[in-house]
Amino acid sequence: MKALRFKRNIPRYAAAKIAGNIMPGSGASFGPIDLIQGESPEAPGKDWVKVRPRLSGICGSDLATVDGKSARYFEPLVSFPFTPGHEVVGNLDDDSRVVLEPVLSCTSRNISPPCTPCGAGNIGNCENVTLGEISSGIQTGSCHDTGGGWATEFYAHPSQLHSVPDEFSDEAAVMVEPTACGIHAALAAEIPNDGVVAVLGSGTLGQVTISALRHFTNPKTIISTARYPEQKILAAQLGSDIVVSPEEILRSVRRVCGTKAIANVSEKSPDGRVDRLTGGADVVIDCVGSSKSISDALSITKPNGRIVLVGMPATVELELTPLWHRELQLIGAYTYGTEKLPDGETISTFDLAFELVKTAKLEQLVSACYSLNDYQEALKHAANAGARGAFKIVFDLRDERERNIK
Amino acid sequence: MNTDNKETSRPSPRPGFVLDVDRNTPPIVFHHGENFRLEKLPAGRSRVVYPSEPLEGLPDPEGAIKDALLNPLGDSDPLPSLLKPGMKLTIAFDDISLPLPPMRKPDIRQRIIEAVLDMAAEAGVDDVHLIAALALHRRMTEDELRHAVGDRVYDSFAPKGLLYNLDAEDPEGMVVLGETPHGEEVHFCRRAAESDLLIYVNINLVSMDGGHKSTATGLAGYTGLRHHHNVHTLRNSKSIMDRENSALHASNWRMGDVIKDAGVKIFQIETTVNNNTFGREGPLALLQKREWEWNARDRGQFIAMQRGLDLLPVKAKRRIFEGWQSPYELTSVQAGEVEAVHQKTIENVYAQQLVTVEGQTDILTMGLPYICPYNVNSIMNPILVMCLGLGYFFNLYKGKPLVREGGVLIMSHPTPWEFHPVHHPSYIDFFEQVLTETTDPVEIEKRYEKQFAEDEWYIHLYRNSYAYHGVHPLYMWYWGSHAMQHLGRIIIVGGDQKAVRRLGFQSASTLQDALEIASDVVGPQPTITHLKTPPLVMAEVI
Repeated sequence: MKALRFKRNIPRYAAAKIAGNIMPGSGASFGPIDLIQGESPEAPGKDWVKVRPRLSGICGSDLATVDGKSARYFEPLVSFPFTPGHEVVGNLDDDSRVVLEPVLSCTSRNISPPCTPCGAGNIGNCENVTLGEISSGIQTGSCHDTGGGWATEFYAHPSQLHSVPDEFSDEAAVMVEPTACGIHAALAAEIPNDGVVAVLGSGTLGQVTISALRHFTNPKTIISTARYPEQKILAAQLGSDIVVSPEEILRSVRRVCGTKAIANVSEKSPDGRVDRLTGGADVVIDCVGSSKSISDALSITKPNGRIVLVGMPATVELELTPLWHRELQLIGAYTYGTEKLPDGETISTFDLAFELVKTAKLEQLVSACYSLNDYQEALKHAANAGARGAFKIVFDLRDERERNIK
Repeated sequence: MNTDNKETSRPSPRPGFVLDVDRNTPPIVFHHGENFRLEKLPAGRSRVVYPSEPLEGLPDPEGAIKDALLNPLGDSDPLPSLLKPGMKLTIAFDDISLPLPPMRKPDIRQRIIEAVLDMAAEAGVDDVHLIAALALHRRMTEDELRHAVGDRVYDSFAPKGLLYNLDAEDPEGMVVLGETPHGEEVHFCRRAAESDLLIYVNINLVSMDGGHKSTATGLAGYTGLRHHHNVHTLRNSKSIMDRENSALHASNWRMGDVIKDAGVKIFQIETTVNNNTFGREGPLALLQKREWEWNARDRGQFIAMQRGLDLLPVKAKRRIFEGWQSPYELTSVQAGEVEAVHQKTIENVYAQQLVTVEGQTDILTMGLPYICPYNVNSIMNPILVMCLGLGYFFNLYKGKPLVREGGVLIMSHPTPWEFHPVHHPSYIDFFEQVLTETTDPVEIEKRYEKQFAEDEWYIHLYRNSYAYHGVHPLYMWYWGSHAMQHLGRIIIVGGDQKAVRRLGFQSASTLQDALEIASDVVGPQPTITHLKTPPLVMAEVI
């Protein structure tokens, strides 16, 4: 087996953090991640099946881990060493193709009866992430026992697997998991009909969220921010009515909502800078998760409006007065589970994701494939995807020798 | 009034003329924002339209003003006989957009308003309001108002709330006087409408100014302006500088009839100034000289100025130019009935500015200066660059444009991606959001005008801050719509490439590059006219 393995190694973790601060993605060259070759792992339980990844995506949370920027919050929720990778399309032993739903729920941990959220189908909220028959890990890709997608093989619980329809390319299938995240955020937003929603960030997560908003909700206007030309083009194509640069978002939301703004227009040294809006968007979905993006969200959401945090934030510095004063709701949107559609129907997020990937042709987001051997380049590319006109960077394991030895 | 040249020690001012460029013609100075470029035009197929030298100013401005007030034109009584005790008198005056650059003290408005107020005081008139006729322009600051009307007038009226900027968004302060036969609502300042006499004090810098436009536009708000500040009207104004062929003016004149029929009594006072924009002496005087007449000192001074400006940061350059006040001299003042007054005014504007030019060329070039009507003490943002070039300078013609239909306009200006956020907040949105969608004036009018015009925040800033009205950037765009329709290509030399692209134009580093790009449209060896302004020149193209 060949795999990328992330170890607990404090000095190398610190080196990754320094390198990642200098150049995003370069933590892979200095950090505690290595390409290893070894014996095939053992199954963590009797029901578990081996998956041989075909494509395995690199996500923002993976990059945070590689660059040493993950919150310490996760420390007790992972088990070292682990193999990252949770956006996976792979083959089972019978060569059938499957997509991984990576959340490790009560079912996969063999805990019965399940916790209340898992019982309700909201597996992302599982209360037993450190318990059960497998070691800690909120998802495949952070659990030592299961392995992860950045490898020629790993183990999955049957409850985590979804069959891939024949008409789905591997590129389409690998987009199902991130798309499910976008759908979950879009539906968690509870956007009023004819409401105005702003999406901050137009990387992969922003793009799939825009697409989900357009397909499963009924907003009057979707405004999104995008820094790079390709992001702007795709955001518009996937359903954003207005795409602006991040620094233009306050003025843009103000204009669309017809609200007023607080700006420095005093007679003494006025600079006209718009500080915040008096009204604003009904909902803001933050797909970035930085201090700046969350501050922007607090500035452009109307009183009693809702902010959905779907980008993983780590540690941020925030002025929370507007949250208090404007009585805003700040909610998180992590992974997926079971969704309630506006018409009251309940359905698995992954079922919706398969539908959306197909309808919106989201395989177009897969921009570049790398072999595991080129993992350092792959991670640098992923960390700088926007600037390089790319979205989703994936590891292509289809031709890896170790994968094809049965 | 008197426009005859007086005996002075100076030689008679020479009229404007057209220079055919040959191999001996020196490089021509192009204005380029807060700097200048020296450009060599191709010999044998280029010509330069030079402005007239400044006419002599009236030797006794105060006397001429008094004379005009006592001897009005048209169907009007002398001003003193129109002033009665107990009457309601409103004096409206042109705002910061005139003249350009601002003139040295005393401003003409001050001289006239002081004369009018003296007469009003003699007649026992004590209900007097003074209103800066802004329409949808930004409010004037205290300093700007003081400059226009003088400290004595300001201190007497402003503290009592009797000298103020028009607020065309004050629902109580505005009134619709009626409609023209074309269905155009005449929106008007209520105080002016309800006065026994409205005196309008104008500075007619270009032939577009004045006449019924002073009141029908200057004292109106969006409700009225939308009937002529629109793409259809401006595309049918050929040109806006030629009243007889301007749909913009036809609309204003129809509105003038409605104002008159509504019983508003107007006493119009119009003035003209000479071309002494940069002074006969001093650091900028060479900008009024013809290049082949420069002496060694002029050449040295120009090079030093250009290099000095190159070294300065933009803000410092802006401060230097903002500080320039033109030593304009009054060349005429006429008062009385609006149309009779304006007829005479236009004659006097043309006497200074009109130059006969034979035929059109393939290319028109122009150097755009640092100032236009909407960036006094402010920043010339890209939309204003477009407006100055395509809206104002392109339209400085009678008869037909200097460039043939389908020809190319080449403008020189740095076109910075920079906005004054206090003065031009809706411009930022227009530039960032509207122009990314479309640059088509018709589409912009259809999709965005109402939204920008009725945006509450823009209205708030217009009324309470120093912001141009929300709809103003769209009007700037419409101002260029005739030129955009006429031209085959628009190129900006030396501009910020991103900003130029956003405007929908092409960018070139040098004039030679621009001419090369233009050849795609007009072929090789195109004919070229350079409109050398300012000082102002208007072409009568025959």
